[in-house]
Amino acid sequence: MSFEPKIVAFLCNWCSYRGADLAGTSRMKCAPNVRPIRVMCSGRVEPDFILKAFEAGADGILVLGCHPGDCHYAEGNHAAARRIPLLKKMLAQLGVEDERVRLDWVSASEGHRFVSIIDDMTEKVRALGPFSKNSGEEKHG
Amino acid sequence: MAKLNLAIYWSASCGGCDVAILDINEKILQVAEIADIVFWPIALDFKRHHVEAMEDKSIDVCLFNGAVRTSEQEEMAELLRAKSKAMVAFGSCAHLGGIPGLSNFTNRAETFERAFVEAESCDNPDKTLPQNMTNVAEGELEQPEFYDTVKALNQVVDVEYYIPGCPPTVPIISQVVDALAAGKLPPVGTVFGSDKALCDECPRTKEEKKITKIYRPHEIIPDPEKCFLEQGMICTGPATRGGCEARCIAANMPCRGCFGPPPGVTDQGTHMLSALASILDVTEDEDIARMIDEIVDPAGTFYRFSLPTAMMNRRRM
Amino acid sequence: MKRIVIDPFTRLEGHGRIDIFLDDDGNVKNAYLRVPELRGFEKFCEGRPVEELPRITPRICGVCPGAHHMASTKAVDAVYHVDPPPVAKKIRELFYAAHMCHSHIAHFYALAAPDFVLGPTADPAERNILGLIAKVGLETGTEVLKHRAYAQDIQAVIGGKATHAVCGLPGGVSKAITEDERRDFEEKSKSMVEFGKLSLKIFDDVVLKNKEYVDLILSDMYTMKSYYMGLVDANNKVNFYEGDVRVVDPDGKEFVTFKPADYLDHVAEHVETWTYLKFPFLKKVGWKGLVEGKDSGVYRVAPLARLNAADGMATPLAQAEYERMYQTLGGKPVHHTLAMHWARLIELQYAAEEMLRLCQDPEITDPNVRTIPTATPDEGVGVIEAPRGTLFHHYQTDEHGMTKKVNLIVATGNNNAAMCMSIKKVAQALIQKSKEATEGILNMIEMAYRAYDPCIACATHSLPGQLPLEVVIYDSGGDEIRRLSQHLS
Ligand code: SF4
Ligand code: SF4
Ligand code: SF4
Ligand code: FES
Repeated sequence: MSFEPKIVAFLCNWCSYRGADLAGTSRMKCAPNVRPIRVMCSGRVEPDFILKAFEAGADGILVLGCHPGDCHYAEGNHAAARRIPLLKKMLAQLGVEDERVRLDWVSASEGHRFVSIIDDMTEKVRALGPFSKNSGEEKHG
Repeated sequence: MAKLNLAIYWSASCGGCDVAILDINEKILQVAEIADIVFWPIALDFKRHHVEAMEDKSIDVCLFNGAVRTSEQEEMAELLRAKSKAMVAFGSCAHLGGIPGLSNFTNRAETFERAFVEAESCDNPDKTLPQNMTNVAEGELEQPEFYDTVKALNQVVDVEYYIPGCPPTVPIISQVVDALAAGKLPPVGTVFGSDKALCDECPRTKEEKKITKIYRPHEIIPDPEKCFLEQGMICTGPATRGGCEARCIAANMPCRGCFGPPPGVTDQGTHMLSALASILDVTEDEDIARMIDEIVDPAGTFYRFSLPTAMMNRRRM
Repeated sequence: MKRIVIDPFTRLEGHGRIDIFLDDDGNVKNAYLRVPELRGFEKFCEGRPVEELPRITPRICGVCPGAHHMASTKAVDAVYHVDPPPVAKKIRELFYAAHMCHSHIAHFYALAAPDFVLGPTADPAERNILGLIAKVGLETGTEVLKHRAYAQDIQAVIGGKATHAVCGLPGGVSKAITEDERRDFEEKSKSMVEFGKLSLKIFDDVVLKNKEYVDLILSDMYTMKSYYMGLVDANNKVNFYEGDVRVVDPDGKEFVTFKPADYLDHVAEHVETWTYLKFPFLKKVGWKGLVEGKDSGVYRVAPLARLNAADGMATPLAQAEYERMYQTLGGKPVHHTLAMHWARLIELQYAAEEMLRLCQDPEITDPNVRTIPTATPDEGVGVIEAPRGTLFHHYQTDEHGMTKKVNLIVATGNNNAAMCMSIKKVAQALIQKSKEATEGILNMIEMAYRAYDPCIACATHSLPGQLPLEVVIYDSGGDEIRRLSQHLS
């Protein structure tokens, strides 16, 4: 049985969530692996949310916000653009592969872009295999 | 009031926590007044079998320092738990995993390889490694099992109280002694120390300044009056519980977080990460990338004392 | 075959253990000193920024954190090819002299002295620091506590914390000393010099004026011929903070003097399966197993070794006492393991005199305590004399100063082989057929390793403080017949 990755996507209410909506209403074909979570802004996504999503069984985590300059709260996506890459650097030290966390921008009109990001991410995470906190040769304790 | 039964134990520890108890000087006499010390390996001659012979819950308070890494340390934690009414994680190692917890970036195999085979001074052509059991000419020699992962005390047994710090400070230890003397222990789960973040008690001036470059401690001479972070030096004050009297900061060095996360925060590293990211004064991708480059060891810095109790508590390997 | 285990498993789990095997006649066949844990600093320091190691490696040991802090600080100076300003070096030395005072006071009064003041075979319930205070008087006891606290205070002011100081960084120290602080240090140092004299007088009264103890020190079972290692200054005087590493052979002749950076040419480590502690030896002599003498690469470190390896002390009071010790014990080198205690007190005197000298140096309050490194970091060795002997920190980094490799040879590690052998020797002399191994005898075995002030935290980069041990005797069938333990204070 092939592995179907679970991807948690934090979607900004003002753009990416609508982009996803558009993809849905336009019946675009899209990998069914995403569990969307609506947030008011990509800047609202704390690093803790991402770690909790992993803990809850996610294999990959996507954060989507408005394109730079378009954030409804002006600064939110800039905050995400500083925070998420730093988090990724920290997670890399803890053995979390780069492709498991992705920050990107999708506007309300970019249904296609949404779909291609999801598909791409799904394939990459599928190739990595399931996430487990202590994969490897953990023997004791 | 009847005298308390007190036990003090060290596990995967450096001994600094025991030294800290000795550093309370005259106050130690007060300890002797209010408590019978029934077990304290560094100072007294009671042994494991004495503890085993005690009735369950006959120790009122057990101060346990050090992290847990071997089969034996785990057994001792369990034994003392069973015998104690209140288990106290004493010092950063027991509280959070501490510096030995940085070992969760690696595992037993890598650690042994480095120490016993690869180390520059090793003369070990046969790649001999220490074993749990060795047969020498005269008989068998056994050693306890060494685990891959370091744990904090509350990941092994239930813990009632926490005394933070590497090592804990004299005033906090005194405060605990006073609480014991008065028979007034705080609610279970209490971490002794301040209920605010270190920044709230730090004497340095803060101007809400943002930064455009990160400096490592040896790269600049910091202004001793101003907030380290606002001078571009990483200081984990925002993600650290207060109560240490800003000891390192008084020595003109930034905090590294030995008091653990502030109240309400579970993961010290991500909390620090957010605090730091929010003061980076850059918006262009390449500037962001440059500054992230300058933050050279986020995991090892933000989780310097608390990796074993972080949400991601070890490197995946 | 009988087996004696000196085993903390029942007293201090996992912290160090000695197994002594007896043959069918009840004579000692072999002894194994074992360290059953390690924390792996060598590995997990990889990937850390190297300038952070002075704040990480002291957690190897909370009993001598100052030694690791300074060795590490010197190693990062070397990694960054940076010379600290003169005052920074003096502040480090002042800090370090205070650290030595603290450690030597704690060891002598809490661990060693009870054996002599109360007697090696005294009731164990009294053979501790409380019994000691009862015997020497509360006044002396108060002096001991006061001076230990002085030494801690000075370290705390300079380093932020007495245990796990934070002041050292590549190119200097984090903070200057103010005039007020200097004056306070000076008073404390003056008092410390007097306390050094008092300690030597106590040793004189209690040990040297007692023929029984002098005979014990001079006895064969506490005598072992080995090489000796220690740091010396340009005049071959003992130096704790810097200098060259000098090794003398068992006849007291200079074997080699080398630069700390060249340590790998001279020291190597042997590994056994039954202990987590490695066995350093002199590379040019070779590992011949646990044997003494000139053909064996086993060497010793710590106070007596430092005095043997040097030509004298750099301060007058300590130098006078140094001369007296060698006159009393029959010239250099002294192979009597128990003389380690005398040497330790001579060093306490020296450290106190050094502290005072440094506090009175007009430059000590100079605010210029930092040199900012500019060279590309690569590799560096920092060597220091820890209270328990020569300590090596060796780091390699990438061009950004990120740690790639860490190698550590710690003070107690250096003495690993010698401790095993000293224990075996005393055990062989005392436990003989038909002779019951009494508590007193076992304590005398313990005295052999207690002299080294072994620090298992350091040894394993792992565990705390003093080596706490328990003696367990097994009969020839491997069954336990007796169990006794060391008294630490
Ligand atoms: S908390 Fe610090 S002082 Fe205490 S045992 Fe751990 S490393 Fe040592
Ligand atoms: S970041 Fe550090 S220096 Fe700044 S206020 Fe907080 S604790 Fe003080
Ligand atoms: S300043 Fe930070 S690292 Fe230093 S003692 Fe306080 S909490 Fe610990
Ligand atoms: S509102 Fe969409 S990213 Fe901020």
